[in-house]
Amino acid sequence: MTASRRVSRIVIYAILIVAAAFFLLPVYVLVVTSLKSYAEVNLATMWNPPTGFSLDSFREAWVGNAAKGTQGLANNFWNSIKLALPGTIISTFLGSINGYILAKWKFRGADVIFPLILFGMFIPYQSVLIPLVSLLQVWTREVAGDWITAVRAWEAIPLAITLGDFHIGLPWSIPLPAWLPPFIANYIPAYGTTGGLVLVHVVYGIPITTLIFRNYYVGVPNELVEAGKIDGTGFFGIYRYILMPLSIPAFVVVLIWQFTSIWNEFLFAVVIANKAEVQPMTVALNNLAGSFIVEWNVQMAGALVAALPTLLIYIILGRYFMRGLLAGALKG
Amino acid sequence: MTARRFDWDRILAVLLISPSILAIAIFVYAFIAWTGWASVLKWNDLLPLQALPQFPSLKVFPPKAPLAKSPGDWLPLDNYIRLIQSDQRFQKDLENTVVFTVLFIGACLVIGLLLATLLDQKIRGEGLFRGIYLFPMSVSFIVTGVAWRWVLTPGTPQSGAVGINLLFDKVGLGFLKNGWYTDPDIGIKAVVIAAAWQMAGYTMALYLAGLRGISEDLREAARVDGANEWQVFRHIILPLLQPVTLSAVIILGHISLKIFDLISSMTGPGAGFSTDVPAYYLFDTVFRGNHFARGAAIAIILLLMVSVLVIPYLIYSSRTEVEQ
Repeated sequence: MTASRRVSRIVIYAILIVAAAFFLLPVYVLVVTSLKSYAEVNLATMWNPPTGFSLDSFREAWVGNAAKGTQGLANNFWNSIKLALPGTIISTFLGSINGYILAKWKFRGADVIFPLILFGMFIPYQSVLIPLVSLLQVWTREVAGDWITAVRAWEAIPLAITLGDFHIGLPWSIPLPAWLPPFIANYIPAYGTTGGLVLVHVVYGIPITTLIFRNYYVGVPNELVEAGKIDGTGFFGIYRYILMPLSIPAFVVVLIWQFTSIWNEFLFAVVIANKAEVQPMTVALNNLAGSFIVEWNVQMAGALVAALPTLLIYIILGRYFMRGLLAGALKG
Repeated sequence: MTARRFDWDRILAVLLISPSILAIAIFVYAFIAWTGWASVLKWNDLLPLQALPQFPSLKVFPPKAPLAKSPGDWLPLDNYIRLIQSDQRFQKDLENTVVFTVLFIGACLVIGLLLATLLDQKIRGEGLFRGIYLFPMSVSFIVTGVAWRWVLTPGTPQSGAVGINLLFDKVGLGFLKNGWYTDPDIGIKAVVIAAAWQMAGYTMALYLAGLRGISEDLREAARVDGANEWQVFRHIILPLLQPVTLSAVIILGHISLKIFDLISSMTGPGAGFSTDVPAYYLFDTVFRGNHFARGAAIAIILLLMVSVLVIPYLIYSSRTEVEQ
């Protein structure tokens, strides 16, 4: 290795390390601040490591502080889970069916419809926000609100049906645990319910999930599909036994992508989840950070908790995460 | 198969995809049309919302756009003209958007290309570096905003320097100290730092994938012809990376034009609207001020800006796909 080459290697590593320091800087601050106790949070020492090890900030971020009347993020964390899991699973399967159809069952006009669907991925959601909220509110006031009230009032599942004078079945009913009816009611798609947010995420997730699956299935040889048809396998058989097993990597990519997007999403959450009982993590964290009575150490602990699930996914499944990122840009 | 028989599977396929097509038709296209309609109405003075300290409940959100009954209800371009000609907040927003977009895309492309090129030099620990550069992409803009607000807190005369300013003091770079996002002259440029922190790694990943697609033979051939490393980069690599740059500009551009989360959690509109953006103004004016028509007009302007960027790209990429 010549001297000039050695120098250039050193310069390269130096730049890479400085860049890494820049990317890790906020992480250092987050971790260091959140491990300090309130007494130790001092602006002048914010870059110093904590002198002790205190999880008080995390406790306050998680369960709140009764003295100050602040709410913890624990409920919002579960709200985000209750939102992101069904949203992710439904939109992934929907995208996979759509992609399968657009790749292997091309109908007339499919080439026009596909870019029209894709455009939905790029629109600023602000341009649909007012009608979206309006429509959901009208729908909830006129229709879904009654459903929610009715479901919340459930106490038991009757095993008997009375039709006029006729009485069919057993005279008992299955009692429902108290938490179940509100849980089910929360998934009715409406304004201010988790179900409403799931619906919105599923709909606006159609473009990206369809794109990734379509591009994946286009790469699967048509001969496989034709062979399936000759064997007498139908639409669902070809999907279930030929394409789905082949597309496990695409499923992983889309599941990760959708979970991360839904978990991190803010705009829809802030306008549709208007009640504390359904508010996801991002909205609660934003409110926490905007509140003047919450100290920095608690804010930083809250931010870490909010970042943790997607960060863990990234660390464990980074390879698939990368593929999702590239799929959005490089199109197949 | 010469004569196509009546194919149930084909009908099933169309039936199964139609709910998605219908959903997109309503939730994207009909809603955009609805917003466009709202933007030409005189619809700026309805009941005030029940404002909450943070974000308002939207209980009295109006059910539908009032019908334009008399000529006075319907103002073809008035909302747009007022925004662009006499609304100082919106003018500042547009200026901020241009500054933010140019700096943000520029920073991401330069940092991304630099890091990708360096990482492509057979680096030990490449996976670790890549992981560090890319992880911000996995967290929410809200988390980014909360963290960077703390890092870029300039401090007051009473508290002395804090945040990054304190760090600069400590390492002898005190001349770099400034007011960051609290200084109206810097304003949105401070937010660029946080946004670039989040997206530069992504740009790096795009470029790295592009670089890995360029065969070593090509570079070797140029070297044999007497080109030095810079010439290889300038005349061989850069032109081949152009499609990647195009994709990156589209993706970064549409993120930056509609940026909202980061502003909301990091700075809010700022002193003299120095960190305000159209998306934040829209949120304020619709959900806190009930100026629906004005909000709708902002939304349409945002959509037009994004469309100018994205539609040619979509047409271009669907054409090239057909050719393949």
